[in-house]
Parts: sequence; structure tokens; C-alpha cells
Amino acid sequence: MSGLLTGWTPGDALVLTLLIPVIGAFLVLALGRWENARDGASLITAACLFYVVTQLYPIVAAGGRPDIVLFDMVPGLSIRLTLEPLGMIFAGIASFLWIITTLYAIGYMRGHHEENQTRFFFFFAIAIASAVGVALSGNMLTLFVFYEVLSISTFPLVAHHGTEEAKRSGRIYLGILLSTSIGFLLFGMIWTWQIAGTLDFVRGGVFNAEQAQGPMIAVLLALYAFGIGKAALMPFHRWLPAAMVAPTPVSALLHAVAVVKAGVFSVVKVIVYIFGIDILSAAPGTDFLIYVAGFTIIAASVVALRQDNLKRRLAYSTVSQLSYVVIAAAILTPISVAGAAIHIAAHAFGKITLFFAAGAIMVTSNKTEVSQLNGIGRRMPLTMVAFAIGALSMIGLPPTAGFVSKWFILQGAAQAEQWTVIAVVVASTLLNMGYFIPIVYAAFMKPEDRPDDAAAGGTKPEADHHGDDHDDHGHGHGIKYDHGEAAFPMACALAVTAGMTFILFLKPDLVVGLAQQLTGIMP
Amino acid sequence: MTAFYAFFLSLPYAAAIEPHLPVLQIVIPLLCAPICVLLRHPRLSWMWATAIIWIAFFIALVLLGKVLASGLIIYEIGNWPAPWGIEYRIDAANAVVLVIVTAIGAITLPYAKTSVEKEIPEPRIYLFYLMYMLCLTGLLGITTTADAFNLFVFLEISSLSSYVLISLSGNRRALTASYRYLIMGTLGATFYIIGVGMMYMMTGSLNMADLQTLLPAVDHTRTVLAAFAFVVVGLGLKLAMFPLHTWLPNAYAFAPSAVSVFIASTATKVAVYALLRVVFTVFGHTGLFETTGIDLILIILGIVGMFAGAFVAIFQTDVKRMLAYSSVSQVGYMVLGMGLATAAGLTGTIVHLFNHAVMKGAAFMAIGAVFYVIGSVKLQDLAGIGKRMPVTTAVFLVAGLSLIGTPLTVGFISKWQLVQAALDHGFWWIAAAILFSSLLAIVYVWRVVEVAYLKAPPEGAVRREAPMFMLVPMVILAGATVWFGIDGDTTLRIAGEAANALIGSVPGGKP
Repeated sequence: MSGLLTGWTPGDALVLTLLIPVIGAFLVLALGRWENARDGASLITAACLFYVVTQLYPIVAAGGRPDIVLFDMVPGLSIRLTLEPLGMIFAGIASFLWIITTLYAIGYMRGHHEENQTRFFFFFAIAIASAVGVALSGNMLTLFVFYEVLSISTFPLVAHHGTEEAKRSGRIYLGILLSTSIGFLLFGMIWTWQIAGTLDFVRGGVFNAEQAQGPMIAVLLALYAFGIGKAALMPFHRWLPAAMVAPTPVSALLHAVAVVKAGVFSVVKVIVYIFGIDILSAAPGTDFLIYVAGFTIIAASVVALRQDNLKRRLAYSTVSQLSYVVIAAAILTPISVAGAAIHIAAHAFGKITLFFAAGAIMVTSNKTEVSQLNGIGRRMPLTMVAFAIGALSMIGLPPTAGFVSKWFILQGAAQAEQWTVIAVVVASTLLNMGYFIPIVYAAFMKPEDRPDDAAAGGTKPEADHHGDDHDDHGHGHGIKYDHGEAAFPMACALAVTAGMTFILFLKPDLVVGLAQQLTGIMP
Repeated sequence: MTAFYAFFLSLPYAAAIEPHLPVLQIVIPLLCAPICVLLRHPRLSWMWATAIIWIAFFIALVLLGKVLASGLIIYEIGNWPAPWGIEYRIDAANAVVLVIVTAIGAITLPYAKTSVEKEIPEPRIYLFYLMYMLCLTGLLGITTTADAFNLFVFLEISSLSSYVLISLSGNRRALTASYRYLIMGTLGATFYIIGVGMMYMMTGSLNMADLQTLLPAVDHTRTVLAAFAFVVVGLGLKLAMFPLHTWLPNAYAFAPSAVSVFIASTATKVAVYALLRVVFTVFGHTGLFETTGIDLILIILGIVGMFAGAFVAIFQTDVKRMLAYSSVSQVGYMVLGMGLATAAGLTGTIVHLFNHAVMKGAAFMAIGAVFYVIGSVKLQDLAGIGKRMPVTTAVFLVAGLSLIGTPLTVGFISKWQLVQAALDHGFWWIAAAILFSSLLAIVYVWRVVEVAYLKAPPEGAVRREAPMFMLVPMVILAGATVWFGIDGDTTLRIAGEAANALIGSVPGGKP
């Protein structure tokens, strides 16, 4: 390794990427009493993590596969870290966006006067550590371990407010994620181990042609696809809208990037490295995944159309977009699998921008519903322009990253003559327009509808006044009409992510190169 | 483990003592227990018990080291040769159980000191330590002996002392619970001894190894069949196999906290071991296990117990009772592994003996500490306990996650092994049942977690942790829950040795 890590082997650097966020978490805990020091520690940790990940990038891009076996957990099965292209993409996104989100979260949590901030940042760091662990997993057992830690460590973040609603949502969240993973994923995993005798990720899959006979492969695929509840395939998607009660930075980084991407990442990983796309396309009945994912795309979009709460609308949009990744992988052509990997990146930047914007709107104006957003573009132009860019990326129009991934997916679908997929993608594009364009239109074109009596005072009469400061807590309190842009850290964060959506369109090579290595289109 | 053995051999006089370790393991606590009556003083009795039980723990480790290094140890009491005299035999299977029992016994003592001072009237405290040592003696004896009648004697020693232990609590309901346990326990022991009597009638021997060779000749007789049934039901009562578990919930719930910790982590485990020994050693060469269909019965009772225990646990408002029902459910896993009757299945059972001892010990210790501080274990009184007693609640959380079977805890290792054993057999529905029963565990564990962390503590509640003497043991057990959950390799290998020792004695045994 070079740079600050001279003298380290790449394998040790992998361990370091896991340890940094964990150490950061305990620093946060230790510094809990001093707010600025604590938040500084979060930021520095995030920066360190990103630095180490960037140092690993050239190695993977050059075809290296850093690998380290830590210890045996059960006889014959070890906890093992391996970095390959898909993991590199995921780890890169998660670690980069962690910096941005930390910045945003500092502004948000302070602006929103949230309680228990130390606990919040502690579990946030642990969640990132486990997301990175998922990315670096060298076999299915390791992936499963980090996957479960991720579910459990995000529970306190979802139930953060401790209200009845938060508790109920927390129950749904953990209930669905744990039951699917223990009931299906673990089952599928042990079964796989029983048949193949290994859970290592091998390109081309762990089964030989003889083992892959009959309907077993399709059943196993179903156990994996539904067992990875974080991929939010219907009917196991309800945890995601439920998780929206969490503070917005959680929704932004975890429920648009780290957690959900850990889900679809695992699905792609299983398809490419446990089954192998050749075995899967030869096995009967495996195309059910296309129909399930296709249904999820359309159904979630239809539900999103009817949501008035902005965060819930975004959540259903996420459910739909996650299935893009699944459907792309399920087409089983190298080019569509690359498309799946690219979509993980493209959606991450677009969706986090949308959530950042939603959170910025909520903190500055207390508006949470889509119907309240008339004319807000004039008060918060930067936020709403960023929102528009994010929305374009969701729809898949140039000049945004969403276009690149959609291009690959459609190409793969055409190659495999999967007309259903093409129809689904086209229909979903229209639906995406249906629920995003009106928001952007209303924000810029419609006049702000403010009650007359509020014009003088600045807030609605029923609002509780806190004087002139930038202050309010919780939903449902007085809506403000005298605000400008969000606080600097938030505005800055959403500008960066919107910019990244744009940059990924102009320079897709960063991700596309890695994605193509994944299935061996390029060496 | 072998390091302990080597260390022991380097001690002075080790060569002279070493051959007698199997009997010393039992004789030391047995003879030292009555001295508590002379000491009387609570603090002195505690120090005495601690010293003796830690010695027993050390001996158990040495024995395990020796067995792993050089195989079966045979010890003839009073030098009387086998079929006539009593024989102690230690192989990997019971060496493991010896370590589990003494380890839990040793680690519970510091905890017991503080807890007992609060829960048992001072004049009776010395009785606690006396009975504690006797109970340990009984459990160690059951584990070590290779004589079917001798096993009954130790069974009674451990049972009688545990009735006293349970009734020592100031709680009057403990008396009824203990009485009920006495009735059921006596029934179990009687059934067992009836079975042994019938075997003696048919073979004229009480030595297990001897019985193993003599029984096949007469295994078609109705007497032996009845003996088998009596022994299995008798021991099934002691290990709280569903539906013979009804004594357990109240006994655990109303006993003093330290007693709950000790009994929950050891007594049922030793009974499971005894059943394993009887089924796979004594009756190992007869075809009874298969021809009577007892394997399927054990599998079904195991599964029903898993679900029934967990399901009832969900509706408990007393957290100690909830943990007790969870024990019924966890015993189901062990019975299930036994029913599979393969090396993999038995490995699952044996590894779960250890894993469950560790996690349930931690859970009972945590809830006992809560009782020590706030004087209640009712669910509604635990509001915000996560803020008031952060360490204790964290221990409970770790133990709870392990009961669910989340990775990085020992519960995951057990489940992994059992599911694999079931799939080995081609019983995918058993595998599914094991996994789905964990989902019930999520519900009963999370009820407590939500109340503990997400409910606001009552007005005026202050942050006050349990005393150090209670905290350190439970943190150690929680640490072990995580440590052996990460390094499941070690425990699974030793459990595998133990399973082979049991099943290896069966010629038709499926490896």
C-alpha cells in the first residue's frame, strides 16, 4: 500500500476499514459530553475511512483482490474479508456518503433539537461499520453476520424518538428484517453449505452442474431473494416505509444507501458469486425473480403516486428503485449485471439528494407533505434544484447518473430479449415522472399558498412561537413562511450529492469499469 | 485445555494426586460441604464454598485436558474391579459437562454472595452454601459415574439439595414451587430406579459398560422394554422435557436469584447428559432406540417443546418466569438434537448444553441484579431500566440476542449446528422448525428490550447499578456468550469429540 498506509498489506487495510468506524463509534461515546468534539470525531472518522477506501481502489481496479481470513467461526467456515469490484463500489459509496451525511446530520440534529444525539452518532457509526463489513465479506457467512449486525444496530436509530409510532415502526422494521433473514436466508445458506460444501464467493458459483439439477436452484434462489429482506422485494417491503419515522439523516444514508444497498448488493453478490449467472440461466424456474421484481417496481411506484407525505413517497420510490437492481441482476446477462452494479451507485447519489432536500425542507419550514410545497422553490432555490436533479436521476434522464444505469439495464434486457423487463422499465419511467415532476413543478411554478393572517407574523396562528430563532421541534408544529435556505451544512451536503449525480453522468468510468470487471466483460 | 493438564502436572505432588482426580472431583465438595454447618458465619461459609468450588473447577479443567490428550479415564472406587465395584469413567462427553457445571458453579458464587445477603434471612445463609455444594456434588456425581445405581444416588443428592435451595427464598410461593418440584422430582427419580431395578433383574449388573454388553441378549423381553421406558420418562422429568416440564417455571421463578442462575444453567443440562448416557451407552447396543420409535418421539417432543415454551414465554409478565419458559423451549433444541441421533445432532445437543448454560446464566444473573436493585422483576416495573442500570441491561440484551440466535452470539452456533444436523438427515421441515421457533424468541426478548430502552423511567428513578460482585460475573458470562459465538470453532470441536465418544460406543451408530 502507498500513501499513509505504506507498509500495510492490503489485507490488513481491509481490517482497518472495519475498525475505523468502530473506533469512531467509541470515540463518539467517550466524547459524548462535548458536543463539538463528538461531532468532530464523527467527521474525522468518516474522512479516515474514506481515505483508506480510496487507497484500496487502485488495487481492485488493477485486478487485485485483497483477502484476509480472520478466524474460523464454525469448523470449516471462517470469517473472511475479500474486496472485489462490487464490494469496492458499495464500500466507496457508503464511505464517501458517510462524510457528507455526517456533515448534514450535524446541521439537522442541532437544527431539529433532537435528543440522545450521542447514542444516535454511536449507532450510526456502528451501522456504517457493518455496511462496510457487508461490502467486504469474503463468504456468505461473513456477509450474514454483518447483515444481522446492521439490522440490529439500526433499530435504535429507527426507534430514535421513542414515541408509540416510533416503537411500532421499530417493531415492524426489526420483525421483518430478522424474520426473513433467520427464516429464509440462514436456511438457504446452511442448505447451500450442505450441498456445495463451501460458502465462499466464487465467480461462476459454488454449485457444479450435477448439484444444480432440478427445481432446487429456483427454491434456493427464492430463499435468498426473499431472505435478504433489505432488498425490499414485495411482499417483504413494509419495513422500509416504516423506517421513515427515523430522523432524516438515517432515512438518507441508511434507508436510501447503506441498509437497502446492503440488501440489493447481497442479492447481486449471491446471483453472481453463489449461483453464477450461467448456472442460474440454465436452471428451470429461476425467472420468477424477474416477475417479482417487476411487480415490485410497478406496484411500489403506484403506491408512491398516492403518498402525500414526502418521505413516505421517497420510501416507496426506493422500494421500486431497489427492484431495478434485482431485476437487472435477474436478467442474467453480463451487461445487465453491470447495470445492476451501476444502479447501486446511481440510485445512491440521487436518492440521498432527495432525502437531504426533504429533511432540509422539514427543518427549515416544518413542511412534511407534498401538498404543502407550493412555491417553496423560490424560498429554497438551491434545495429544490438539487431535488430536481435527484428526481431526474430517478426517472433516468440525462444529464444524470440514473440514465447510465438504465441504459445498461435496457441494453441487457434487449440482448436477452426480455420484453417484460423493457415494458416494466418504460412503465416505471412514466410513473416516476408522475410522482416527481408535479413536486418540482409546484415548487417553482405555483404561487406559495400562505394564509392571510400568517403573512405578518410569519407563522400560522396555532404555531407555538419561539421568537425569531431558527427553531422548532417535531412534526405537525407551525409551518413557517419566513425562511430561506437550510443551514449551511445541510445546503452544502445536498449540493455535493446533487453534483455527484451529475458528475457520475459525465465520468461514469469510475463505476462502470469496476462494474464490468464484475462479470468479466473486461478483465 | 491440554495446557491446564500440563500445568497441573508441573505442580508438586501432582503425580501422586493425578490418578485420583476423578474421585477427588466429587469427594472434595462432598466432604467439605458439612463444614459450613460448623462455620455458620455467612461470610466464612462463602469463602469456604468459593475455595472448594474453584478447586473443583480446576480439577474439571485438568480432567478435560487429560481426556482430550489421552482418551478415556477409568477409575475403580476402592480398587474393586468393575462389575462388582463402582466405576467412574470420564470421556470427552462427561468431561465437557463437568467443566460446564463447575464453571457455572464457580462464577455464580461471587454473584451469590451479594444476592443471597439480600434474599435469604441471615441465619439461613450458611444453609445456602451447604446445599449449593451438595447440589454441585450430586451433579458432578451423576456426570462422572459409570454405575446406573450410583447415578440414582447422586440424582437424589442433587435433587434434595435443590429442593432446599429453592425453598430458601423468603417468598412463600417458593415453598409451593419447591414442593411441586419435590413431587415431580421424586416421581422422576422413582421411575428411574424402577427402570434400573428391572435392568438389574434381567442382567444382574449395574455397571453401565457391563449393561451395554448384557442388554442386547435380552432386549426382546418386555421387562427391558419397560425398563427403557421408565428410565427415559424418569430422566425426561428431571430435564424438563415437554410435557414433563410443569415443575420448572415456578421453581425457577420463585427461587432466590442465585439459585435460579445455578439450577437453570446446570441441573437440566446434567439430566440431559444422563439421558444421553443411558440411551447411547447403556441401551446403545440394543436396537430399542430405533425399534421403539423413541427417536421420532424425541424429535416431535423437542419441536413441540421449542414452540410451546417460546409461545408461553411471550405472554409472561414476570421476566424470570419468561426466562424459565424460554428454558423449556431451549431444552427442546437439546432433545431434538438427541432425537436426530447422529454425531452432528449430538454435537448440536452438547454444544447447546454449554451455550445455553452460558447465555441463560447471564440472563438470570441480569434479572437477579435488577431484582436486587429495584425489588421487582415484573415487566411494567422495568421501564427505562436501560438508562438506570445500563450494564445489567446490556448483559440481558446480549443474552436475549443469543436466545434468538443472532450471529456473534453462542445461540447462533447452536442453531447452525442443529439446522445442519437436521438437513444432514434430509429433514428440511425440522430445520425450518428450528429457525421459525427463533422468531418466537424475537418476540419475547424484544418485549423486554422495548420496555427497558424505549419507555421512560418512572419519576424520581435514579441511575444505580448492581454491586460489583454481581456485575463482574454477569459481564464475564455475557463476554463468554459473545466470545464463543465468534469462536464457535473451539466449542464445536470439543462437542464433536464428546458426541463421538457417545455414539462411538454404538456399533450401528451413524457417524
